[in-house]
Amino acid sequence: MIKIAQLSCGNDYSGIQKEIEKAAETVGAKIVFPDVDIDFDDAVEDFGFNPVSPGLKLMVARAKALADKTFEADAVLIATCFRCAEGALIRNELRRYIQKHTKLPVVMYSFTENTKASVLLIRMEALVTIVKRKDLLGRERQVGITMGLDSGSATTKAVIMQDNQIVSKFWHPTSGVLESAEKAVSEALKLANMDFKDIEAIGTTGYGRYILGEHYKAKLVQEEVTVNSKGAAFLAGRQKGEATILDIGGMDNKAVTIKDGIPDSFTMGGICAGASGRFLETAAKRLGVEIAEFGEMAARGDLHKVPMNSYCTVFGIQGLVSTLAEGHSKEDVAAAACRSVAEQIYQQQLQEIDVRYPVIQVGGTSLLKGLVKAIGAILNTEPVVPENSQFIGAVGGALLSSGFI
Amino acid sequence: MKVFIYPPNSMILQDLVERFGHTPLALAKEIERRVNDPELDSPPMNITEIDVKIGLKYAAIEVPSGVRGRLAMFGPLIDEAQAAIIVNNFPSTFGCMACARTNELTIYLIKQKKVPTLELDYPTNEEEVEDFVSRIKSFLEGLK
Repeated sequence: MIKIAQLSCGNDYSGIQKEIEKAAETVGAKIVFPDVDIDFDDAVEDFGFNPVSPGLKLMVARAKALADKTFEADAVLIATCFRCAEGALIRNELRRYIQKHTKLPVVMYSFTENTKASVLLIRMEALVTIVKRKDLLGRERQVGITMGLDSGSATTKAVIMQDNQIVSKFWHPTSGVLESAEKAVSEALKLANMDFKDIEAIGTTGYGRYILGEHYKAKLVQEEVTVNSKGAAFLAGRQKGEATILDIGGMDNKAVTIKDGIPDSFTMGGICAGASGRFLETAAKRLGVEIAEFGEMAARGDLHKVPMNSYCTVFGIQGLVSTLAEGHSKEDVAAAACRSVAEQIYQQQLQEIDVRYPVIQVGGTSLLKGLVKAIGAILNTEPVVPENSQFIGAVGGALLSSGFI
Repeated sequence: MKVFIYPPNSMILQDLVERFGHTPLALAKEIERRVNDPELDSPPMNITEIDVKIGLKYAAIEVPSGVRGRLAMFGPLIDEAQAAIIVNNFPSTFGCMACARTNELTIYLIKQKKVPTLELDYPTNEEEVEDFVSRIKSFLEGLK
């Protein structure tokens, strides 16, 4: 059983401990609390940050027990109340401390009383996968004939790989999980000139992974944090060394740091549509252009010319469009929309991990040149966008499932 | 009289208030009720989303859920208080609510009640312990 050490404050009084434990149990893990001495002073002094709240002091003492290896665990969950300033400070510094002193994968979360197990599930699943399937995640070459299926909220992707090469790929908008996958699978098979029986193993990921996994008798059914990271590292040719994978999705965003192709820390957004691909899709519709054209337009525009009053999908876009009447070009408005999404991702997510370079931008939104430019401007780097970057999940699924042949 | 104690989970303060003939408004009984309540299923404290929303009476929605959850339990006790004993600078072993922001708000709410209140520092040596107990005794005996 995988042991996830919980370092937290406020969880009991927010009434969410049961949800945390439920999420862990669902993925075959167990929440544990590092044993510590009742006198936290030495631990706090050693850590160097002395919070006023005793609950946070306890978190520090527990983190020290993990760093000193007086308590054994396989992964770490750091969680404090949403809106607690002291908690936010400690949360982030503890994450650095754990990563400096241990090799344990860490995930952070700030909760409210409304936090449910389903929100925590994908984070727990990724933690468990990183621990449990380290050997599988270390796989660098695809062998045999395998198929990866990525059932995302916006599109469903299918990729067929043979002997470490992509032989066919197809995507279809997600309407129904199964119907969209069937379309993508049949087209991918047609393009590869293969029959379904030729496929030796299937790997599924994305929101519809369980349904597809059962339907296609997949060998691998895996959350997208680890699968997408693997696919991104493969496509970008960064199987060795460090990198940050940034996947701005239609429903949520993932920022994952990897070392030798294996994730060691990640953060997931998903509270606000203003920080997602949906914001850009809506902005494109309001400008009356296709999303692909929108990306090109934004790349031609000036990121800073149009002022932004709100990050909100409703008010922000309304404000942006109204600047057209003031004489701003569509290009500059599109660029400002991209800057808005990039700023939110930077403020909400990239602050929660230590960004490592290169930054590999993947997912469907990585095809929007304006967004890549905006991310690059904010991080002062040029993000790497590998070929087939929108197929990372399916490629990761095909690559990892070949480990089961 | 009903005497609110701070920290509200201090067994020593609870015992002293009882010994001198008053009713302590302490957390232990409330926690015992919640922990043993078979109807609720959010262990270990059995605090629910509804409880945390009850805390809105004492702290606004911007306040972290952990603070509101705590106040959902302490707040009604403060409402009932006819007197209070506040101990400052105590170690976690004396009683602990874990959250400094909750501590600040709780003390403020007690003071706003304008009930007879004894405020004293946690003792650090034997002489101070004797003085500590003696002052609490005089305070409680003086309450009518």
